[in-house]
Amino acid sequence: MKQFADLLELLALTPSRLRKIEALKRYFTEVPDPDRGIALAVLTGEMDIRNVKPALLRETVLREVDETLFALSYDYVGDLGETIALIWPHKGEGELPSLSETVDLLNRTSKADLPKVMGGLLSQAAIHERWALVKLATGALRIGVSARLAKTALAEMSGVPLQDIEEVWHGLKPPYQNLFAWLEGKAARPDIDHAARFHPLMLSNPIEDRDFEKLEPKDFSAEWKWDGIRVQLVMGPNGVSMFSRTGDDIGGSFPDVVENAKGEAVLDGELLVGQDFDAKSFNDLQQRLNRKVASGKQMQELPAFVRVYDILFDGREDVRALGWEERRARLEKWFAANPQTRLDISEILPFADWEDLGRLRRMGADEHGHEGVMLKLRTAPYVPGRPKGFWFKWKRDPNVVDAVLMYAQRGHGKRSSYYSDYTFGVWKGNEIVPIGKAYFGFTDEELKQLDKWIRAHTTASFGPVREVKKELVFEVAFDSAQKSGRHKSGVALRFPRISRIRWDKPAQEAARLEDMDAFVG
Amino acid sequence: MGFLIDRNLYVPAIDAWIDPAEPKPRAIITHGHADHARSGHGSVLAIPDTIEIMKVRYGVDCAGRFEALDYRMPLEIDGMTVSFHPAGHILGSAQVLMEQGGQRAVVTGDYKRLRDRTAQPYEAVDCDLLVTEATFGLPVFQHPDPKFEIGRLLKSVEAQPERCHLVGSYALGKAQRVIALLRDAGWDKPIYLHGAMVRLCELYQALGVELGELLPATGMPKAEMMGQIVIAPPSAIRDRWSRRFPDPVVCQASGWMSVKQRARQALVELPLVISDHCDWGELNTSILECGAETVWVTHGREDALVYWCRQQGLDAEPLALPGLDDDGGEGGE
Repeated sequence: MKQFADLLELLALTPSRLRKIEALKRYFTEVPDPDRGIALAVLTGEMDIRNVKPALLRETVLREVDETLFALSYDYVGDLGETIALIWPHKGEGELPSLSETVDLLNRTSKADLPKVMGGLLSQAAIHERWALVKLATGALRIGVSARLAKTALAEMSGVPLQDIEEVWHGLKPPYQNLFAWLEGKAARPDIDHAARFHPLMLSNPIEDRDFEKLEPKDFSAEWKWDGIRVQLVMGPNGVSMFSRTGDDIGGSFPDVVENAKGEAVLDGELLVGQDFDAKSFNDLQQRLNRKVASGKQMQELPAFVRVYDILFDGREDVRALGWEERRARLEKWFAANPQTRLDISEILPFADWEDLGRLRRMGADEHGHEGVMLKLRTAPYVPGRPKGFWFKWKRDPNVVDAVLMYAQRGHGKRSSYYSDYTFGVWKGNEIVPIGKAYFGFTDEELKQLDKWIRAHTTASFGPVREVKKELVFEVAFDSAQKSGRHKSGVALRFPRISRIRWDKPAQEAARLEDMDAFVG
Repeated sequence: MGFLIDRNLYVPAIDAWIDPAEPKPRAIITHGHADHARSGHGSVLAIPDTIEIMKVRYGVDCAGRFEALDYRMPLEIDGMTVSFHPAGHILGSAQVLMEQGGQRAVVTGDYKRLRDRTAQPYEAVDCDLLVTEATFGLPVFQHPDPKFEIGRLLKSVEAQPERCHLVGSYALGKAQRVIALLRDAGWDKPIYLHGAMVRLCELYQALGVELGELLPATGMPKAEMMGQIVIAPPSAIRDRWSRRFPDPVVCQASGWMSVKQRARQALVELPLVISDHCDWGELNTSILECGAETVWVTHGREDALVYWCRQQGLDAEPLALPGLDDDGGEGGE
């Protein structure tokens, strides 16, 4: 448990991704089974300790601590789990059970006995172990470590490609002894049912202007680039699962899709919302994504569907090695054999040459708000990861607006001594209202200049944030703008990034809020 | 019944103020931190070490006149007896005891009970009225053993020999304590100092506190700072000054560092929970030990400590002293 506590603290406080990976590698190498597997499950969000909820912990603490003092403390610390960890009034003398024993104990204990058992563990723990214990028990890690990062560490530790780990991951269960045995070369690759689990996705590369000369239009097929979220449907005799691109099972939030999808296959597509397959904006989808459990009303107003563009398994047959054209034929045949109410096929866009497709792309963006077009090499197999030369995304040109720098905040890690995170705004009458925030996207030289400018033009400081004179103009590129009640300006930008610093442009000539109306669609 | 002092820490019998925020004709100073010791008073009564600290920080003319008084030496002024007692907070820190007509009042200033060889160890003083600080006056503050924390720092240095560890510490008290803890844990390499630390470290050494070899951090070639420990003010460790060091590990030595959210917000990679104040349990112990029936609470999170005192049947109230912002004693930590 001590090693796990140290690991969690390091992961929470180290800004560097490389160092987090190093720490994970060390942990997975040094700690024996089954503890390391339990830690892996905790970090990847696969560990579920059913009965320990924050309210129960609170109850446990209030048996030992005065309620008013607890309330004052919670008010100060701001995080319930951390308050509990810090305030527990008994200092640990003994040794905590191992990580796996602790998890086992919590899972075996009845709800009624949990406060006592949890209290016993807290009393055994040293001060810095309590934080890890509470994080473990509630499952709310929030330490900035993704499942992918943990798996990356496994890949680096063993030399097994990350893709191969992802490939078997969704067929495995904690404490992953068979996985570690395989990674350490002591056993064969775990044998799992390939048709019935998540498969890592194939991703595209952005296309550059100079690429077009080298590419033959007739070798490619084109589709709209849909503005939803990428999902994989794994459909088998035991039901349908829907995974996000990172392999999280999100089917529970979209029962309207998974309960109505019929047939056996693994499909790749875009999750969208709208009546009768008429896709609404990403903003509308966001409302469904924010909910763990969809309400009846939401499902009626914003029904979800999946626009399918590829097939990985046809029935139980792995068709990933086939070329795109053959898979497309399989997909169309599969749809004919398995009529659907919540799935449809992404249409193919016929085009003569790149110029023709460029026109289509602009029209799609202007008239339907499409994000752009996708190009797929007709002979390309389905390869997980981001293989070169197979799939391209040709995004529409970004929107740009000239905005004024308002606040600057220090970055993290290597950038912690630089102001590298910026809030900018546009004119509303005589004041400037914020429309967005973006990280630094310049060269190191520009970053230094900007940092210097910010320090010389600071008008107020709030912790790591500086307010600056409203004098510097940024050219901000963004994908789209939406109305938003959350921002003072009433506008929110999607994917804003700073494309240029306009040292030359006076702030008076920056955009006005009225100008933003043209982008809100 | 009147008290020997009022709620602004003014002592009417001798027309003197304790740790006043504004210049006053007559001031009694508990210790050298800026939120307690200011320049411009007419006369200053303090422990000799504190007077030296004030002279180094504000100049030899920072008060009209200085009167030095050693620990436990009673001084009769206008029918009142005043004496200083060790507070254990930093070098020269003192609690002020006032006695008159059978009444005893103590103003603690800042204090801690954990052993620290850079400060004269705390002694409990019996009194009727106790004015206590409450910098860490919430039960979430439970300071670990500082030896354990320094051990974490040394382990990190050992594990990352290619990086330089920057330990953010206040220039007066914390810096010297961290250095002493490092020495006691066996770190005998030179320790590097930010310019703001130098004079106070020299003063501590001149006053007999062993700190070992200290070198200026500025001007050293970057490569030579790998595996070294640098002590700097918290404001410098994340700012431009830190760019001269190889891949620095930002550490901070402070009682606030027990709250991970705070450490994260402050972009601290290695928080060291080393405090120069009492934690919650030590505040409780000290209040009960001195036997006071009345407790005034200031400098920090007064609400919780006042509430706790009242639960113990004591007469307690918070003081709102001028010159302290909401974050209270944080500057002193």
